Amino acid sequence: MTGPTKPINPRGTKYDRVEFPVFEFPVVGKARYNYTTGEALGRFLAGLKEGKILGTYCNKCGRVFVPPRMYCSYCFREVDGWVEARDEGVVNTAVMSYISATRARLERPVAVGVIKLDVPGYQFDDHFFPGLMHYICGASEDDVKSMKIFGARVKARWKPPEQRTGSITDIECFEVARP
Amino acid sequence: MTSRNINFKHRVAVVSAGMTLFRSRMLETPQELAWLAAKQALDEAGLTLKDIDCVVIGSAPDAFDGVHMKGEYLAEGAGGIHKPTIRVFVGGATGVFVPIAAWWHVASGLCKKVLVVAEEKMSHAAKPHTQYVFRYIWDPIVEKPLNPNLIWIFAMEMHRYMYKCGVKKEDIALVSVKNKRNACGHPSAQLCMPNITVDDVLKSEVLVWPVQLLDISPTSDGAVALVLASEEEARRITDTPVWIKGVGWTLDTTHWTNRDLAYPEYVRRAAEMAYRMAGIDNPRKQIDVAEPYDPFDYKELHHMEGLGLARKCEAPVLTREGVTQRDGDLPINPSGGLLGVGNPIAAAGLMKVAEIFWQIRGEAGARQVKKPVYTGLAQAWGDLMQAGTVIVMGI
Ligand SMILES: [Zn+2]
Repeated sequence: MTGPTKPINPRGTKYDRVEFPVFEFPVVGKARYNYTTGEALGRFLAGLKEGKILGTYCNKCGRVFVPPRMYCSYCFREVDGWVEARDEGVVNTAVMSYISATRARLERPVAVGVIKLDVPGYQFDDHFFPGLMHYICGASEDDVKSMKIFGARVKARWKPPEQRTGSITDIECFEVARP
Repeated sequence: MTSRNINFKHRVAVVSAGMTLFRSRMLETPQELAWLAAKQALDEAGLTLKDIDCVVIGSAPDAFDGVHMKGEYLAEGAGGIHKPTIRVFVGGATGVFVPIAAWWHVASGLCKKVLVVAEEKMSHAAKPHTQYVFRYIWDPIVEKPLNPNLIWIFAMEMHRYMYKCGVKKEDIALVSVKNKRNACGHPSAQLCMPNITVDDVLKSEVLVWPVQLLDISPTSDGAVALVLASEEEARRITDTPVWIKGVGWTLDTTHWTNRDLAYPEYVRRAAEMAYRMAGIDNPRKQIDVAEPYDPFDYKELHHMEGLGLARKCEAPVLTREGVTQRDGDLPINPSGGLLGVGNPIAAAGLMKVAEIFWQIRGEAGARQVKKPVYTGLAQAWGDLMQAGTVIVMGI
């Protein structure tokens, strides 16, 4: 039932790193991007500077958006208003990174995860919820690897007000609440 | 009964396929790789470029090549000069989106014979590491300032899946072992590890727990090409055309921190569309072989569940029981997948479609699954757990 193995004689040449004349073209100058914050995230960042985590809500479908959007992308209509989330929540997922953004080994691993935030007056299931990615502090490697950290309550550790710049890094990390 | 409420004018067949070697650091330029694969596909169909009406090109992230307007750049090697030529790209989902786009060119009656080419070179952007260019995938306002590594997001998804389904790392490593062994039968494969064990995976370098080095596919360069034709043309070209029975594609929101990562909704919706078109209402029974997207080992499990080939949290059980082995009841990634054959992103997705073509024609040689193959499926996924593409093929 089997014919010849396809593809037949696939071509291509693996080069030896030393022998091949790679042509290198560096990025010239110091090009930078200026990202606009937009309407919703602009207000969100301004809120962070004041120590508040802001979101928006849609009355039609009941969704609460953190990070906020100015429109409900599900109902395709303008959101109905703003809400303030608590700076607390539970760990939805968490990992331990042993590498940097450039894949260099880190001296000390860092925990990061998704925090499912509390919003007074609202209940959320796992299907759709207000959530932010951030560093998790006060968690050991074992806490993460054993998954004990899942469902743990965490609270934002804010930078001092004078050091805040209106950035997601105005929160240093979400700290595990110890009973 | 499943309703078939999607209308198209012409049945569409795959009539030939070509594929380069998959390797890290290939000498050939992207254009040269595209040409090698395209020429092979044309030769196999007994066609020349003159016979081709339209060209559809796939390549995923521009940042890898350091070339903007990659479609225009690649068109030359892909046979796109002086023809209606289009590039499609939805991140990693691109490889299966290319034949979908080519399908609608033919199904609509616009073109009769279409050349389909997917190419990727990951090794261009290897300084300081391929990972570095992935920083542009993150949200610039709320994520990038945290200096993320791309693997974070997959580790978060994998860990959530493990937590929700109670899956052990040992069970997930079985996928990597299976696929890296399967790849030994593939003439283009970058990896062939006939003796790899679960222990090897569990002892490999920890990158972002729970993701370790051998949980991930290698970085690769390569190209794959197909020729698609309308029914009338297909019957002239070959006695054994393979029909595209259903296609599906969807996008989910990039706000991935707002949803449960344990289940791939983007795959479920794409699969439902493809199944409705193909008249499939019980995929577990009606699909004979599948090539779900496996750049990470847990992704094969995740995607099997999204495709309805396993119930939620059941894929690890099927894997442990050997159901997904090449000689099993539901062979999954008999090619070796991305984990074995390699991961030149868009080309890796199209490699899966080519594999289903070869499996249905009985031309997969050492990779040929033991049971008869009437219907097969290929699937790819891309970006921040967001883009899903599915194609169902059959005799
Ligand atoms: Zn709404």
